Formats: sequence, C-alpha cells, structure tokens
Amino acid sequence: MPHLTEAPNARIDEVSSRPGDAPVPIPIEEFLAQEQSKDLLRFSTAGSVDDGKSTLIGRLLYDSQNVYEDHVRAVTRTQGTHALPTIDFAQLTDGLRAEREQGITIDVAYRYFSTSRRKFIIADTPGHEQYTRNMATGASTADLAIILLDARKGILTQSRRHAYIASLLGIPKLVAAVNKMDLVGYSQDVFEQHQRDLKALVARMGNIEIECIPVSALEGDNVVTRGENTPWYSGPSLLEYLETVPVAERHSRLSFRLPVQRVIRPHQHFRGFAGQIAAGTIYRGDTVVALPSGRKSRVQSISTFDGDLAQAQAPLSIVVTLEDELDISRGDVIASEEAPPQAAKNFEASLVWLHPQAMHIGKTYLLKHTTQTVKARVSSIRHRIDIETLAEQPADTLQMNAIGVVVVEANRALIVDSYNQNRSTGSFILIDPTSNATVGAGMIRQVIADGDGAYAEKDLLQASALLMVGNRPELAADLEERLLALRVAVVRTRVQNPDTWRALLHAGVVAIVESNESSELSIASLHGGQSELISEALAQGIAADHTASAHAVVEALIKKQIIAARIGDETK
Amino acid sequence: MAMTADTPSISAKLSHLQLLEAESIHIFREVAAEFQNPVMLYSIGKDSSVMLRLAQKAFHPGPIPFPLLHVDTGYKFREMLEFRDSYTRELGVNLIVHRNEEALRDGTNPARLGTQRCCGLLKTTALLDALRNHGFDAAFGGARRDEEKSRAKERIFSFRDSAGQWDPKNQRPELWNLYNGRIGPGESIRVFPLSNWTELDIWHYIHLEHIPIVPLYFAKERRMLVRGDSLIPVEQPFVKGLPGEEQWIRCRLRSLGCSPCTGAIRSDADTLPKIIAELVSFRSSERANRVIDHDQDGSMEIKKREGYF
Ligand SMILES: Nc1nc2c(ncn2[C@@H]2O[C@H](COP(=O)(O)OP(=O)(O)OP(=O)(O)O)[C@@H](O)[C@H]2O)c(=O)[nH]1
Ligand SMILES: [Mg+2]
Repeated sequence: MPHLTEAPNARIDEVSSRPGDAPVPIPIEEFLAQEQSKDLLRFSTAGSVDDGKSTLIGRLLYDSQNVYEDHVRAVTRTQGTHALPTIDFAQLTDGLRAEREQGITIDVAYRYFSTSRRKFIIADTPGHEQYTRNMATGASTADLAIILLDARKGILTQSRRHAYIASLLGIPKLVAAVNKMDLVGYSQDVFEQHQRDLKALVARMGNIEIECIPVSALEGDNVVTRGENTPWYSGPSLLEYLETVPVAERHSRLSFRLPVQRVIRPHQHFRGFAGQIAAGTIYRGDTVVALPSGRKSRVQSISTFDGDLAQAQAPLSIVVTLEDELDISRGDVIASEEAPPQAAKNFEASLVWLHPQAMHIGKTYLLKHTTQTVKARVSSIRHRIDIETLAEQPADTLQMNAIGVVVVEANRALIVDSYNQNRSTGSFILIDPTSNATVGAGMIRQVIADGDGAYAEKDLLQASALLMVGNRPELAADLEERLLALRVAVVRTRVQNPDTWRALLHAGVVAIVESNESSELSIASLHGGQSELISEALAQGIAADHTASAHAVVEALIKKQIIAARIGDETK
Repeated sequence: MAMTADTPSISAKLSHLQLLEAESIHIFREVAAEFQNPVMLYSIGKDSSVMLRLAQKAFHPGPIPFPLLHVDTGYKFREMLEFRDSYTRELGVNLIVHRNEEALRDGTNPARLGTQRCCGLLKTTALLDALRNHGFDAAFGGARRDEEKSRAKERIFSFRDSAGQWDPKNQRPELWNLYNGRIGPGESIRVFPLSNWTELDIWHYIHLEHIPIVPLYFAKERRMLVRGDSLIPVEQPFVKGLPGEEQWIRCRLRSLGCSPCTGAIRSDADTLPKIIAELVSFRSSERANRVIDHDQDGSMEIKKREGYF
C-alpha cells in the first residue's frame, strides 16, 4: 500500500514491524478515523495528445509514494548497457497493450490515491481527438480538471476543446499545468505568455477559475515538491494545490429530488420507493409530491438495511415509504412539494456528439434521463460551437466531437432541472436504437413551454367533464392542481349557464364549476354527444359526501376512464 | 453505512465510504430494473463479501432479486467452499455452482497444462458456459479498478459481445451515472459495482460493517511449501515439495484464488485492524502473489478480452 509520510503511518509501521507485540487497535483506529474524515476530490486530466498528461499522473503517484513497487518495476527499463534504469511514468496509467504499443492513451484510466489530507480519484483521459468521448466520460464526474499544455506548443485546438467540454460539464475549477518546462529552459517568459493566453481563453467560457503552474512531468519540478529550476515561481506545487483547493459543493442547493429506480415490495405491508437522492435532504414526515402525477403524501419512513433514518441527504441511496398508496413506478420522481422540478417534453440542451455517425435532426433516439428511457428527437440545432473561435455558427448536423445547442423533443414528459442547477436531473444521454451505442451527451439548459404554465398546450390530455363543486374553494383548488399535474386541461368557472357548460364539455376540458351554494357535489361527462350524470353509486359514494377529497374525485375520473391513466414505459 | 438514526444536522458531511456505498447501491438497482436475467459472480473473496452486503442493502427489506454464481475450478481452498456454503445458506440466497466437469475429468491442472491454459479452461470457459447456459444478460463482478492497470480502464457497465469478449479500444462512453444497458441478442453486460473502491476501502468497510470473510485472510500456522520467497499452500496432491520444503508457517492470504496458484504471505495479522495496518505498510500490490497475472505482459488484459472477469 502506498506509504504515507505522516505520523499515523509511522505508528502503523512500527506496530507491524514488531510482530505479536503491542496491541494494534488504538493507532489503527485513529488512522481509520482520519481516513473517514478526509474529503474526496475527483479530478480529470485534459489537453492535447502528447502534452504529458499520463506522465504527469504517473509522476504525481510516484513522487507522493502512491505506487506499489511491483508496478514500478514493471515499467522500468534500462536502455543500453551503461544507462541508468528509467521509469516510463505514462505506462503506470496507460494500461492497455495498444496504448503501450502506440505510446498514446486511448481510454480513461481511473487511479486512486490519498495523502494525509485528502483522497483523490483521478481520471487520466486521452488527448487524441478521436477519443474525445472518453475524455468526456472521465470529466463528467470530476470536480476539477487539470489541463495540460506543452510549453513549446501552447494552446492547441484540442486543449481548447477540452477546456470547453470541461466548462460545459460544469467543472468549476481548472488548473493548468504548463508542462515540459525542461524543454524551454524553464523560461519565465514562456510560462507567463501561456498563462495570459489561458486566462483569456477561460474568460470567454463563463464562471471558471484557473490556476497556472509551471511543471516538468518528466523531471518532477513542481509536481509534488517545488523545483529549484523555477525560482521565479512562488505558487504551490500541483499536489499542494490539489490538497488545499476547496472542494466545490458537489450537490446543488435544490430541494429534495428522488428519481425512483425501483419499487421494493417484499410483502403486502411494505411498499418502498428505492433511489439515489439527486438533490436536497428529506426528513421523515415531510410532505412530498410524486411526479408526474402531482399527488402528494407524507414520508412515513426512510428505510435502509442499517435501520430507519430520520433524515437523508444527497447522494445517499435510500428507500422511502409514503403514508398514502400512490401509484409510483420507475422513472417517476418524488420531490419536495416546495420548488419541485419541472415536467418537460421540450427543452433546450447543450449536446456533445460522441459517435462517428453524425447526428440527424428528426431521427428517433432513445434518451436516458435519471431512471427513465424515452424516445426523443433533436428537432433543431440552435447553433454549433466553432472550437477555434468559440463562436456560435449555424449548423444542420453535429459530427463526432462537435458541440452544439439543440432543441430536444421527447415523447413523454421528463422531470427535469437545468444542468447548472443539478447535474443528475439535468443530464441525459442519447442512445442509437439500432446499434445501442451511446451517441450523445446532453446538458439541459432550459425547458421550452409554449403556452401558459408549466405544460405546453398540445401536451395536455383531452378530457371532458363538469365537476360541480358548489361552495368548496379548497376542494376546487386542490382538484385543479391535481388535474394539472396529470396534464389535463382544466378551467375553473363560476358561470351558471348550461350552454356555457355544454360548450366547455365539447371543447374537451374539465370544468370545475363553483357556486355560492353548498349544493351536493356532482360529476357530468359527455356520452354520445349528450351530457350525462355519472352513475348513482359514484355520485353517492364520493359526490354526496361533503368531505369528498380531491383525491377521491380524481380516482373516480380515472376509474371511469374520463382521464386516461398514464401510459407505460414505451421502450420496453 | 450505518448512520445513526435521528441525526440532527442538516447536511452532515458524508464519508467517502458512504459515497462509495451509495454509488454501488445505485448500480445494483439500475441493473435489477433494466435487465431480464442478471446474476452476481460470487468468488468467495473479500470483494465478493462486500458486494454481497451491498446487494442486500440495495434491495432491503426485500430479498436479493438475482442468483449468485460461483465458478468452481475444483482447486479452491477447502475453507473457501465451507464458507461459501454456510454463509449463502445463512443469508438464504440462491447459489448456482458451475464447474467445467469435462476439463476436470481430463485431468486439467496448472502443473500439467500451465497456468494460462488451466485458467482458460476452468475459469474463462466455465464462466462463459455458465452464463450462456442460464441465459444471463448481466453479470456483476467484484473487480476494482485499483487492482490492475487494465481493470483501471474498464467501464462500470462493460459491454460484451455474443462471444463474451471485451473490446477495450471501443468501449461505450459512460457519462455521469447514466449507464447504457441496452444490448442485442446474445450480448451481455458485465457490471462492476466496486469499480471505485480501493483495497483499503474494502478492508475498512469489512471492519466497520462486521462483514464475515473466509478465515484464510487471517494469519495462523499453516502447512506451506516454501520455495524462494513464495509460500505455496499444500492442498492438492500435485503440489508436492522436495524434502524440507514443506513447513508450518504463520501466514495468511491477501487475495483468494486457486490454492496451487495463490501464494500466501508471512504475517501475524490475525485481526482486521492488524490486516489494515499491514496493508498500509505494504510495498507490493495484492496481485503480486498471484502466479497467473505474471505470465506475460498484459496477461490480465488478454484474459479479460477473452471473457475472464
Ligand atoms: N521533456 C519532457 N518530456 C515529457 C514531459 N512530460 C511528458 N513528456 C514526454 O511526452 C511524451 C508524451 O507523454 P504522455 O504522458 O504519454 O502524453 P499524454 O498527454 O498522456 O498523451 P495522450 O494521453 O496520448 O494524449 C512522452 O514521450 C513523455 O515522456 C516533460 O515534462 N518533459
Ligand atoms: Mg495519456
């Protein structure tokens, strides 16, 4: 195991080198407690081919004593009889044979290391343009990206593309390692020129911080320790920076969202909704809303293998049970009733195209978003980004590695947030339905609603009914909200004219008719062109009752098939 | 991870083990929801023990909704098999054991065929046969990316063609936690819920969660064949030492494989804290004691391409 140089390790070493001696538990428990309290930084590398990304990661791992001896031996070569053995640092992460043969990285390598301060997960990504999709894979889960430049070459197209993808993916911090300083005589002027260029570049990408560090991955200058070759540089070494940079708030400040992965129903008395919390915190007893149905209930329990919890926060994986029997299945979202996510079939998104077969406007793809997969089309391209200039240009397709802003039209409403508010409810992938390849990575920018309210007019369900509620304003409001959540067109009226009612019925809306009289509740619908009072039983069962709940009324409408129940997952 | 109920704080900082656990549980549930016929490869080792616990957690209070598959080479340690049978019985999980009986009848063993061919027949072929016979479309494996550098390259959802092969140069992009599990007929996905766990994380978790593991991981006096730096367990009749080579040694296993090919290490670590302390002081990787990984450069990658886990 990687050697730590700090005190706890020394004690552990001491213990293990005196077999059968002093009891181990105390120092090791301290060590584990320290492990538990370390925070985690996930970072990825970026930059053009051969800039030295893998060499830098190898050097970082080696100099911080995070590589096993047998792994170092495996990449140490002696060239010529008198030469000293040299370590090929890039080969510590370039783990595929093809990579070692070609001397380039093809796919992401994930490496894990820790110092006394922090734990790190590194995604070392390829610089070659052909493998941009693998860079995006590695960067999608990163909190920080190290962008490398070859000091002799400066910013190249691929450096720009990677920096831009990193910014799209919402990585708030970039650290630029200006590498191969040994090949430019550790020149301060060269470094400062690149630093100016980099700052100018990211300034055009929005709210991103960048820190520049002159390094030589090959020689080790300023990677773990500050080198003597750059006396003019007074900033931190790369590792010092990584150990101390504040870890960005990983989870958004949005209220509670739980995309439901699965219903867990071991027996009749337990019906739990399993998922990983995408945002926020939930407390037992909280009122939540199930989307897209819009029905509300309260959290009865937050159940885990280790016992029930009083609260749980993102990104824990939990099971919740609700006080009421709501019809919730995979793909639905349970959210806090305050500021829930939006339901949207149409939205604008940034899209990175990942496949050699170019994107087609109008073609049906499968779109996976949180826990559901729906059919979807790109209906138009707002613009494509010219990577050289970062200018927006018109386009009618996106080729592999191209980035654009597009309008997506899904067959069914998704429960979304914008990506900059929440990575997990704001991201999606596109899958080719024939080859099953992952072809696009999308980040939702905004929902497109044509018409009033959250739902586009044409998405509303056609349903015709008159709900005569009399003088029950609370019931009327509750009904309106539930019906809207079901995407039913609703009007509330106090007009007491049968001709108006008939017109409303024929227009295909559910009209909630209020009056000043405390009359009985009744429901009418269209039948063969004639309005008809819904069956006696119904009228008596729910309508005659003064305490009739909106829930019961909606259930009755569904049962009578006045409102269509939700359609199942169309891709299965 | 156990979190005390009624924790008052609004957003307590989660430990990295809690984050890893939450990620693994999410993966288990995605697979159970999206595949028709998943299976969990159960190798009886420490990683499998952790994987099994995470599966229990993912579906609690329900049962684990898929069977376990153990590919038995016939050369596993006796203590492993005993542990397998008693522990799976205790948990009430459905265990399938598969052996390449034909190859075993033909006398396949590493001494006769060499480790590469032996592994090919008893592990890879056996595994592919079992997956095909049962029609499994997804198989969980306990591999971690920190184990070996070709594993460091593998996706969490790793696509296999209809011959069970991995194409490392053409993996599906895998962004965020949106896993693409769509496959054609005969194709399958290998799923690695422990991808982001390190060896230390595994031990730390076993310790905190009191997860049962095979006693071979703990040091005690064992009959060993001492050859150079290697300690080879004496369990199979074809493992025979020269006079004086067989000795009682206080030792343990750091990783569990087949007895003829898994070396033990000299150790006094007979408790979990001692194992962790020892681990922190190690200078070599856990697979350094496995004969099979060192056959040639990139041998793990070659095995993986062919369908090995
Ligand atoms: N002189 C010098 N050479 C370096 C330095 N860093 C890397 N190199 C060399 O640059 C070449 C490419 O290094 P890699 O680390 O493979 O580059 P990379 O950025 O990982 O390349 P891809 O992953 O294929 O994009 C190798 O020959 C390295 O030895 C440095 O600081 N100084
Ligand atoms: Mg590289």
